[in-house]
Amino acid sequence: MLEALLFSTVSMATPILLAALGELIVERSGVLNIGIEGAMLTGAFFALAAAFFMHSLFLGLLCGVMAGVAINALLAVMVVNLAVNQVVAGTALDILALGVTGVFYRRLFGVTGRAFTIVPLPRIGLGPLARIPIVGPALFNRDALVYLAMILVPIVGWFIRRTRMGLKLRAAGERPEAADALGLNVFALRWGALLASGVLSGLAGAYLTLSYADTFVEGISAGRGFVALAVVILGRWNAWGLLAASLLFGAAMSLQFALQALGTAIPYQLFLALPYALTVMVLAGVGGDARPPSALGEPYSRN
Amino acid sequence: MAALVKSLAALACAFALIAIILLALGASSVAVLGALIEGAFGNRLAFTETIVKATPLVFTGLAISIAFEGALWNIGAEGQLIVGALAAGALGPRLGSWPHPIAILAMLAGGFMGGALWGGLAGWLKSARHVNEIISTIMMNFIALQILSWAVHGPLIEPGGAYPKSAPIAAAAELHLYFAPSRLNLGMLLAVILAIASFVLLYRTTIGLRLRALGRNPRASRFFGIGIGTLTVGTMALSGALAGLGGAVQVAAITHRLYETLSPGWGFEAIAVALLARLNPLGVVPCALLFGALDNGSQAMQRAAGVSPELVQVIQALVILILLAFDAGLFVAHRGESGFGCTLPPAGFEEARDA
Repeated sequence: MLEALLFSTVSMATPILLAALGELIVERSGVLNIGIEGAMLTGAFFALAAAFFMHSLFLGLLCGVMAGVAINALLAVMVVNLAVNQVVAGTALDILALGVTGVFYRRLFGVTGRAFTIVPLPRIGLGPLARIPIVGPALFNRDALVYLAMILVPIVGWFIRRTRMGLKLRAAGERPEAADALGLNVFALRWGALLASGVLSGLAGAYLTLSYADTFVEGISAGRGFVALAVVILGRWNAWGLLAASLLFGAAMSLQFALQALGTAIPYQLFLALPYALTVMVLAGVGGDARPPSALGEPYSRN
Repeated sequence: MAALVKSLAALACAFALIAIILLALGASSVAVLGALIEGAFGNRLAFTETIVKATPLVFTGLAISIAFEGALWNIGAEGQLIVGALAAGALGPRLGSWPHPIAILAMLAGGFMGGALWGGLAGWLKSARHVNEIISTIMMNFIALQILSWAVHGPLIEPGGAYPKSAPIAAAAELHLYFAPSRLNLGMLLAVILAIASFVLLYRTTIGLRLRALGRNPRASRFFGIGIGTLTVGTMALSGALAGLGGAVQVAAITHRLYETLSPGWGFEAIAVALLARLNPLGVVPCALLFGALDNGSQAMQRAAGVSPELVQVIQALVILILLAFDAGLFVAHRGESGFGCTLPPAGFEEARDA
């Protein structure tokens, strides 16, 4: 029971964590990427479609990443080059992704009723670690994307806090005018951050179709991109915080299934709503100060 | 006038892009467009159904227009509509002994208050606790969905019913369908009246002027004398109330009870509607009718041309993106009190500038 719960928590947390790490990089550069849900959904669809037609999980992953990057490149043109409203542009991309994946999905599979399934990513057991009771199967006998998400936590944290590039990125997110005056290219930094986030959102989407489910259904991302936005806030713009917050969301989602199965008196919706309520409370300053990057969400232009 | 030209040009560009996509999918654009129009306006029943489908979009479109005019980025019309519907759906079954007009008013008032509460809460969080309204409204959409799910599984579930739906509202609280089998009802009339009222509020009153000033330049708007906090909470509450009223009308006229899947995303679609209308409340009505027609025609489009109804979402998204791109050259972002640059051109701005 506990083992299954932990396993499912990690499964739920992985795509959220991948997407949230990308969102963290983007937000540190000063862009609020509401389009993350769309990038994830597009990544999920094209990863599966490529894996299905080309019979290669690797090509599936690659196409998922490319789809995420394509969506974010479009967003970058809008919010970095044209300096339009980031929220409205992001929302448009979420709607676009729902539409495009829906149209392609039905065109390719809706009519024929062909099974749109693949053999999911293989699990890679890490020797004796995988045999540790309870924790082993949940953490050390997983597929490559779960490991990647875990490894990326310290790497992204180190990148943002300890590298020159990370410092430049933060400058673009805190004081874009000052960064520009110092000769940093704010536009390039934000473009780079959005492309990196596109890769991670694409991988997050690919995880949904190539690992979590072995198929695609319309709207499979089911709000997980928005959860990633919440996770960045709950984790207070810190990579390790993101890990904890995504595990919290993952646990809430898993507990919900367990509660439904047990038929307890506690409404399972409470567990589903709780992390969102927590996110708002954190922003409202309950339990300490949570400060977003100063220039978050502001388009930057030189005139 | 310039605003109208821009909106029409954006629509034309969106449809041109759609034609290219259809070409790539190997479907005939002419057949698709024909099926869309046939499905939306082909006969009297189809025509009235377009109006029915457009009604919630007018309410949510107005909600978005009013909030965006004040540079309050309310992404939560979806949640506010749900809470409004929830309040109406909870009241409805208890109004059996009430006279018809009072029962209707009570239900609509419930929807209005529910939406106002949900929107106003986000406004209060922003003004009192500096919580970014974009994030809070997105989170509150999910919370509202979970509350609705809990309500129809738990306290409001139809007695003896096996499915997650609430008890039907009292007959006295139903909005009449005067032209049955058509589902045409007074909802659209109410929506049009509110559109006119919203226009008057925004462009003919001091409060409206202050709200628009808040959207352009929050620092300068301090000198108008009205507190930014009051204006923020009030605007978000009004925005939420309009969306909530839309939810209540839907329950009163169409569904007569609550379901988990009450809204297909009217709160998000409304962003496309409001933008296409250049945030002008009077423009919201025709824009909502256009999107209502697309929604209504999309089923026929699937049957006749084999293109899935999701194509409508592609059109909506393209309209938003193209309009944003059109505006990009004209509006320079400023650092606002909201922390979010306003690059949306306000309705009527061009006229005022050109005059």
